[in-house]
Amino acid sequence: MRFLRQVMVVTAKDLRAEMRTKEAINASFAFALVVLLLLSFAFDPTEETTRDISGGLLWIVFTFAGTLVLNRSFARELPNDCLDALIAAPVPGAALFLGKGLANFVLILAVELVALPVFGIFYNVRWTRQFWPLMLVLVLGTWGLTSIGTVFSALTVNIRLREVMLPLLVYPVLIPMLLGAMRLSALLVAGQEVTGDETVWFKLLFGFDIIFTSLSLVLMDTVLLG
Amino acid sequence: MSDAAVDCAGVWKFYGDYPALRNITFQVPPGRCLALIGRNGAGKTTLLRILAGFSKPGKGQARIFGHEPRDTETRRRIGFIGHGIAVYDELSALENLRLFARLYRLPEPERAAREWLERTGLERVRDGLVREFSRGMRQRLAVARAFLHGPSVLLLDEPFTALDDRAVAVLQRVLRDALAAGCTVIMSTHQLREAMELATDVVLINRGRIAFHGERTEEMVSDPGWVYSRYGES
Repeated sequence: MRFLRQVMVVTAKDLRAEMRTKEAINASFAFALVVLLLLSFAFDPTEETTRDISGGLLWIVFTFAGTLVLNRSFARELPNDCLDALIAAPVPGAALFLGKGLANFVLILAVELVALPVFGIFYNVRWTRQFWPLMLVLVLGTWGLTSIGTVFSALTVNIRLREVMLPLLVYPVLIPMLLGAMRLSALLVAGQEVTGDETVWFKLLFGFDIIFTSLSLVLMDTVLLG
Repeated sequence: MSDAAVDCAGVWKFYGDYPALRNITFQVPPGRCLALIGRNGAGKTTLLRILAGFSKPGKGQARIFGHEPRDTETRRRIGFIGHGIAVYDELSALENLRLFARLYRLPEPERAAREWLERTGLERVRDGLVREFSRGMRQRLAVARAFLHGPSVLLLDEPFTALDDRAVAVLQRVLRDALAAGCTVIMSTHQLREAMELATDVVLINRGRIAFHGERTEEMVSDPGWVYSRYGES
């Protein structure tokens, strides 16, 4: 109970701080909208092409836009040496990871939920036909991105080129999750049900999330203190 | 197990091959105030960061009341003021203190936060965002943040540096109260006059080594540079 309360305190702090400055969320929204807009003009895709590329397109936008949020996660603690105060507090690394991870998850999911209807308009796609399964993919994929991104955000926080290093470290690790999320999203945006062999991608997303969340919970103290 | 509040036993710290701390050994009994003095780069901040649990010694061990500084329960007993004020610019003074009161699991976070705003003279601006505060107000808030949870050991890294007179008065008052209540204080400082008024013991560090360790004497109070002139590097 105490653990959960500390998690929520950290989450609330991060969300409140972000809502006051809107640094990460504005950059992330703007990036997602501009990329969706530019690609729709660049390729002017037909309905069939859109069906094929929708999964890849969406997740590339979500991942890049999400990185902007993740970059700020621990960088927010640097001014005034706030990270020291956070580490000095009797908060387990796992609670810190979950607290920050949840805040990142909420922010990235908000960006995705705005980007999806925009995608539907620009690409003339009715993406709501498999609404709830698509939301499940979004939630699982975003948590995978968030759990890895939060740990690497902590790892790179003291590096001078952290804005460059974070994506370089995170994207290769995300490949299995991205494969699953892209394939499932393409099917669901096209209005198809996920059946038979395709359900293995859901298992992959669940497995990915469980493995990397567990690793992050265990490793966070080491990442923060070496 | 030692009865000391702070116990440093043969602590070494290396940055690459360079030993920033060399075999640092001392104990501070509960209720004492140790002034950690030395030139810039002597290793004072490194030592305080090890005691606060922010970094690990290369060799030897640091203990707070016989426990590792990184133990969750030990962290509840430590208060730290470093070079930064360690409060969030985007939050108000009250929100900052409430946040840390909750992280330290104080039974009444709201009451503790308001009490310390009052003690540091910030009650009137409690809802103002820290980014709008003057430097002196921010420093007083940093003091409130470090003392909020009633720590038994205070680790202060150059606490008087760049403070305005009001912040110095606040810090001296709360430090005296803390010492009277049995709190143990270790402070690194270049402000020898302020330090010698509060200190019961003095450690001088030269290039990572202890050059002097002893009780503060009247000689040191009347001539704050006495330790340097006798034991410091020429």
